[in-house]
Amino acid sequence: MTQPVNSPQFKENARKALDDAYLQKALARSEKGFIERRKAAVEKLPEYDALRDNARDLKDHILAHLDLYLEAYERNVIATGGHVHWAATAEEANEIIFGICQRLNAKAVAKGKSMISEETGLNSYLEARGIRPIETDLGEYIIQLRGETPSHLIAPALHVTKEQIEADFRRAHTELPPERNLDEPTSLLAEARAMLRDKFLNVEVGITGANFLIAETGSSVIVTNEGNGDLTQTLAKAHIVISSIEKVVPTREDAVTFLRLLARTASGTDLSVYTTFSTGARRDGDPDGPLEYHVVLLDNGRSNMLGGKFQEMLRCIRCGACMNHCPVFHAVGGHAYGWVYPGPMGAVLTPSLVGVEQGGQLPNASTFCGRCEEVCPVRIPLPKLMRNWREREFERHLQPAFARYGLGIWAAFAKRPALYRRATSLAMKFLRLFGGKGRLRALPLASGWTRHRDFPSPQGETFQSLWKKRSGPR
Amino acid sequence: MKSREAIFANIRKSLRVSSDDRLRHETVTARIQKHPRGIIPARGQKPDRERLELFRQMVESAKASIAILETKDDVPTAVAAYLRSKNLPQSIRHGDDARLSLIPWAKERALEVTKGASDGAQLASVSYSFGAVAESGTLVMVSGADNPTTLNFLPDHHLVVVDERDIAGDYESVWDRIRLSFGANKMPRAVNWITGPSRSGDIEQTHLLGAHGPRSLHVLVVRNS
Ligand code: SF4
Repeated sequence: MTQPVNSPQFKENARKALDDAYLQKALARSEKGFIERRKAAVEKLPEYDALRDNARDLKDHILAHLDLYLEAYERNVIATGGHVHWAATAEEANEIIFGICQRLNAKAVAKGKSMISEETGLNSYLEARGIRPIETDLGEYIIQLRGETPSHLIAPALHVTKEQIEADFRRAHTELPPERNLDEPTSLLAEARAMLRDKFLNVEVGITGANFLIAETGSSVIVTNEGNGDLTQTLAKAHIVISSIEKVVPTREDAVTFLRLLARTASGTDLSVYTTFSTGARRDGDPDGPLEYHVVLLDNGRSNMLGGKFQEMLRCIRCGACMNHCPVFHAVGGHAYGWVYPGPMGAVLTPSLVGVEQGGQLPNASTFCGRCEEVCPVRIPLPKLMRNWREREFERHLQPAFARYGLGIWAAFAKRPALYRRATSLAMKFLRLFGGKGRLRALPLASGWTRHRDFPSPQGETFQSLWKKRSGPR
Repeated sequence: MKSREAIFANIRKSLRVSSDDRLRHETVTARIQKHPRGIIPARGQKPDRERLELFRQMVESAKASIAILETKDDVPTAVAAYLRSKNLPQSIRHGDDARLSLIPWAKERALEVTKGASDGAQLASVSYSFGAVAESGTLVMVSGADNPTTLNFLPDHHLVVVDERDIAGDYESVWDRIRLSFGANKMPRAVNWITGPSRSGDIEQTHLLGAHGPRSLHVLVVRNS
């Protein structure tokens, strides 16, 4: 694990996040859009819930046969002239990629969006060895200019405002006239497009992630809206795919089951603009495409999760819905989580991958409202998994005494009135989304209550805000 | 190789399985060979005429434009009209696809037609799509000299011709056609599903068209091919 971990400081990070006016503005803006877009897309597909059940069962089947699907996948990549590299650790994945770049004399690499490369800290690894990584996804490009890490799975620059992007572009693109107008988001987009076009056409190596790997054909699949991943892999001499082992699916039909869920849940569209299935290198007679095709498969602790209490987490397809619907994420943003994966999925995955000593604070960052499980397209019981971690941490006596009495998180919130207000009013909003104006017939995690009776959906405002209004400003 | 063996050993240890369990092998081989279909939404399962109408609606809701033409002979005029409407020079580039070579481009005298992949200098390209999916208004492109992949991504305007009979209701039907054309477990180097023009939501979550790929996508359906 190479990407530094800063998760033990979650509370401190959260405090800073709450005082960051820019961040709070960015978070407030994003919240509604994600939730409403997903809801609209899901309502248009009557089969959505049946697809989720299928996807959950299919993932469980894959994980139970993971060794065999990986072997079949490897055979088929090799049969199409591609190369498969196995990396047990992040360090090893970085070494393999650096080796390929070195052999091809690459001075710079173009990169499509890849969370696995964030996990391995690939960019700083390459930079330290004289190779310049160029992020090409607009969001990743922005945060690379800022020297930051992504704060969201599918919207890496969620935490940045338009004004900040403008300032970053003026600082970085010094070759352009300083008096140019960048007021409109469209001019920012056009500038990034122009700056990156040249890079695509002149790099030796293109690195992308993979949303899925198909055992049947040895193909890797990426999903993008911008087309950057396609330019990255089509124009370079070598295409390197970096992926983790649990991304394999049996067949093209199985990939389709997940694709029908992914974009709807992630961004509220039926499908992303570009879904690309890549199989091997350029064929005889092909006028374009990479001359070499490599896949680097990373384990980094995942094989340990199989067969245990956290195996279900490996069903995750990285759609981001759990964080889009999480009141804690909306209060503090993604960076507070301190490593690569934010929100509820990060709270479960981080301790699994970096160890409970470093990631053990994160499962506490939850109000246990249950919204994440409710929207997860592969039905991962995130609150249950977070509770598993808390129990484990409790048993190991890693928590400070205060937390052992279950008060730590409440206290952290209550001592910060701003955070407390925001989290409780967010939780109310979520509950209202569920139940509208009336009664709730089912409430996640409270089935003991709702099995026999309704739970009133919260009406009006929180006690705190009513109190404040009644007593006036003081 | 050391890591490969270690990873497989650890997966099997965690799953408490052995590498020579016959039943597990049979299960996996059978799934790959039979490639069963999952749940196919009813939305795309429509008779011909309605399927074309659904495709049109879905293409437009993905922010692409579409024209429905009676025959191939109507393509040059439709292409020229599109270029004029966008104030573009009368110039296109396409690949070696025989179906494109048979289009009577000379009907449009002013239209300059060049052939080959894109190096980024072209404003408009024309491709012939392998198939399409009405369920989501998606084009299915396959790589190769006939329709070079760079033509899908580098020019600002991408025009795609698709035969009405190749518009399926669902993705699964197109996979079956790919199996017929390329072999049971074979794929062309790249299969590109394209649903609308390139866009980005990375600046304050507002959706802007024209990120790295084409700023606009125009679909030309040929009814009698
Ligand atoms: S845990 Fe579920 S909701 Fe969260 S990113 Fe993964 S698949 Fe999406």
